[in-house]
Amino acid sequence: MTLFILCFVLFLVGLYGVLTRKNIIKIFIGLSFMEFSTFLFLVLIGYIEGGIAPIISKNITNPVYVDPLPQAMVLTAIVIALAANSMLLAIAIKIYKKYGTFDIRKISNLKG
Amino acid sequence: MEIILSIVLIFMIIGALFALHARDLLSALISCGIVGYGLVICFLLLKAPDLAIVQIVVETITLIIMIAVVLDSTRHELKKTAIERKWKSLINSKALVNVLITVIIGIVLLYSFRLAITHLNPFGEHTLRMSEAYLYGGADKTGSANLVTGILFDFRGYDTFGEATILFTAAIGVLTVLRIKGRK
Repeated sequence: MTLFILCFVLFLVGLYGVLTRKNIIKIFIGLSFMEFSTFLFLVLIGYIEGGIAPIISKNITNPVYVDPLPQAMVLTAIVIALAANSMLLAIAIKIYKKYGTFDIRKISNLKG
Repeated sequence: MEIILSIVLIFMIIGALFALHARDLLSALISCGIVGYGLVICFLLLKAPDLAIVQIVVETITLIIMIAVVLDSTRHELKKTAIERKWKSLINSKALVNVLITVIIGIVLLYSFRLAITHLNPFGEHTLRMSEAYLYGGADKTGSANLVTGILFDFRGYDTFGEATILFTAAIGVLTVLRIKGRK
């Protein structure tokens, strides 16, 4: 329970960063915090006390494995997050080249 | 286990708060690295070695790209405008409204989070439902000793195929965005 709430606090910190910071890089950092907390939450759900990593070994008798399904899903999610983050950074580079600043208040050419 | 994980998580939260308030963008990125590598430690403690490896690689790549972006720029945190400085000095009715909205949103989020985790098992007492088939037949069916790779590339191969498509699309998108010349 404590761990779930701490995970949620990390998510809230990321949300706070996205909502209040004016720098594009800081917004990006806040977004990545939200991603991290979600990954951690999903892996926390699949953990079994006293379990071992889900790698089959003949030497261990009566093994208890942790749930491999959330781990596989989170592995996919991490790679997709990398793709989304690199896209965001490319746009940040373009914005800096065009406006000379990371300040979202100065980027006023976006109309409509 | 729970205590060690809590300590690492609190450390990560402190790093995250520092990253959002750092004056220099470079130190903000280094603090972002604290959170990412803390996540690696959490994954290792939670018995997920594959995730830890992937996270280390992804975090390092992201950190290098971000430092390359930031080193080209002015690096300093943006200065506050005159209006914002005035807001800080005197508490007017607008600030009160903002704080009220924040508190209401926080309460709503916390309530929905509590609602969401009431039906979850407590930490460490997970019951296997659908993974049971993967755990007790997966090694024979896929021939892979590592069950995570077995699930990723065999049972859920289409999922991984979609992931590869997304990666490819993102690579094309980055190339396109960086190559075009914007209208002046």
